[in-house]
Amino acid sequence: MDIFSELALLSRAASVRGRESGTVELLKRRWGPWLDDVRTGRLGNFVGLRRGTGPEPRPKVMAAAHMDGVGLVVTRVEGGGFLRVTSVGGIDRRLLLGQEVQVQGRRPLTGVIGARPPHLSSPEERTGTVPLEELYVDTGLAESEVKELVPPGSPVLYRQDLVLLRNGRAAGRCLDDAVGLVVLGVALEELARVEHQADFYVVGTVGEEAGRYPGAVTAAYDLWPQIAFAVDVTFGSYPGQNDPTGTYPLGGGPAIGVGPNCHPKLVALLEEQATEAGIPFSREVMPGATGTDAWGIQVVRGAIPTAVLSVPLRYMHTPVETVSLDDIASTGKLLARAVARVDRPAVEGLSCYEDKPRT
Amino acid sequence: MLRGQAEDVNPAAGRPRPPTDADTDTDTAVDTNTAVDTNTAILGRLADACGLAGDEGEVRTILRETLAGLVDEISTDTMGNLVCRKGSGPLRVMLDAHMDEVGLVVSGYDETGLLRFKESGGLDPRVLPGRSVLVGPRKIPGVIGTQAVHLLDKEEKDKAIPTKELYLDIGARSRDEAAAAAPPGTPVYFSTRFERLSDRVVKGKAFDDRAGCAVLARVLAEADYPGLTILGVFTVQEEVGLRGAQTAAYRLAPDLALVVEATSCADVPGTQPHETVTRLGCGPAITLADANIVVPPGLRGHLRGLAERHGVPYQFRRLTTSGNDAGGIFLQRTGIPTCALSLPCRYLHAPVNLLHLDDLAGTVRLVHLFLESLAKGEVPL
Repeated sequence: MDIFSELALLSRAASVRGRESGTVELLKRRWGPWLDDVRTGRLGNFVGLRRGTGPEPRPKVMAAAHMDGVGLVVTRVEGGGFLRVTSVGGIDRRLLLGQEVQVQGRRPLTGVIGARPPHLSSPEERTGTVPLEELYVDTGLAESEVKELVPPGSPVLYRQDLVLLRNGRAAGRCLDDAVGLVVLGVALEELARVEHQADFYVVGTVGEEAGRYPGAVTAAYDLWPQIAFAVDVTFGSYPGQNDPTGTYPLGGGPAIGVGPNCHPKLVALLEEQATEAGIPFSREVMPGATGTDAWGIQVVRGAIPTAVLSVPLRYMHTPVETVSLDDIASTGKLLARAVARVDRPAVEGLSCYEDKPRT
Repeated sequence: MLRGQAEDVNPAAGRPRPPTDADTDTDTAVDTNTAVDTNTAILGRLADACGLAGDEGEVRTILRETLAGLVDEISTDTMGNLVCRKGSGPLRVMLDAHMDEVGLVVSGYDETGLLRFKESGGLDPRVLPGRSVLVGPRKIPGVIGTQAVHLLDKEEKDKAIPTKELYLDIGARSRDEAAAAAPPGTPVYFSTRFERLSDRVVKGKAFDDRAGCAVLARVLAEADYPGLTILGVFTVQEEVGLRGAQTAAYRLAPDLALVVEATSCADVPGTQPHETVTRLGCGPAITLADANIVVPPGLRGHLRGLAERHGVPYQFRRLTTSGNDAGGIFLQRTGIPTCALSLPCRYLHAPVNLLHLDDLAGTVRLVHLFLESLAKGEVPL
């Protein structure tokens, strides 16, 4: 699999929550050959099944990556055809000014985010960000045309093609979580080459960035897997960060979450498989809410054992989110290895806590 | 080819247009579009080219190639200005547009291979984070990232990031690798591509002042005014202090000069009518005065009169601060009468500019009218 081009396709197809259907259609085409069944959930999830070879009833393993990205939506069209917008998900207000954007109206339009120009603002104003309600999107089109083409609610995303940097790194928009989806694709491709007992469900979830994980929890309820992995991105390290301990090096392989959201036996399985395969990895300390689909999935029905597997990513929620393509490949391989190890005894072992008495 | 296009008049849509010599039995709509396409092609090539102050080679090459054979003499000077002479009449007219654009320059590295940079020309640092850029003459892709918004303290979320705290990431993994790929002083350009957003509005970078360069290129290619020596000067280093224009004007000693620039256009939500400076699509803006000069009333009045007589939409530049090459030219020798026309450009000095093609065509037209009247001896000097 050419990871760069897969990532480029998914980055280009991305949109905000509620607008994931373009990604669903893309996943159907890209993953179809490896899947035995494909369907769309009632809330818009992509759900694909690759059947295992184990005896019935086979264990079910689910891996989820979210399809929605952060962005803006149009709230109204101002006189002169300027678009007013609000944010969907955790947008970084510090970098909106002057960005080129794609307005996903009745047809895609290009625009630029503007505000009252700097020569009219005071030096103090320029030390702060421009409030979202004072920003607008300028498409260069006449007001009548804009009104026809851009109904309120139209998504506005950064317009940024994926670019290849040195050392196999790539930068672009909505890699959170296009990266996770590519990891699932790599895992599918790997599993097509090896025998696996468990049924493997790959799920593209909707609405992760909005919180409450609507896609993840409904898919988990529907599929009721014995194991679920959330594949997402985590903070890539770079200098000047407030808390460098919570960041992970690009090129250092996946970050395996540890904490209450991560079943200890799944953590052990991932770490053991990474070590066996010579895949470098970090341990990501997650003492509470992980901010991933796993947080929602874990408490579905009578609880589902979950783990969090993350690819380090710099500059999260910007148009130039940056990752190492090698990390995507190794995370996909690790996920595949873990899935291939799941059999009935392994699943049964997940509810056995053989706690040793403390001395 | 720039030469020989039948029609360059392109008044604002819907306005009646007075007849010109070119108005015969040809279909006006087609001719107008041809003119627009010609303007668009040269502007696109110039805007996608890259050149900071002191680094204008790529732009200079395009202009030299474009104008070879269409002017009488092309030369460069020690600053790097490109001088294109057309005609050899007694009245020496300097036309000025600058080649350099604003951008960044690599200034250092850290041990992980990230690059530090400084600004070249005046930039609002708030447009830098989250930006994709091109580094150096080989245009290596890079990005200017920021710490993830999730990791910020509350008060940091609404604080602009000063340039000295930003990093440029080209994917390098060590100081040595970064320094070898982009030695100190390497220019960094915005990666914005030229595109048409509609029939009349285009998007790109560096319209300040590649739009002026496009106007000059077209005018020089078409100009045929006996009595004039037209000195088309594509200048260097405007953005760092009008450096090239000063020396070119001294050396060429013109009788008068016309500067063609891009200027702010703040006809956007949140501004009062008196704050707009210019309005997009309402024609070239005539300078009355700026931070450096007061345009001789006779010259600016003449420009206005020409525009009115010939039905070319125009406006005045409604800002007295900021300036352009005119401020460098008028003080040379014993003083050179200098006037300026500006193309309204939204988001000037930012990575993505918008420009109206009617303004481009209108400026070409008005410069031609100006030269024509100079050749006829109508201009008060």
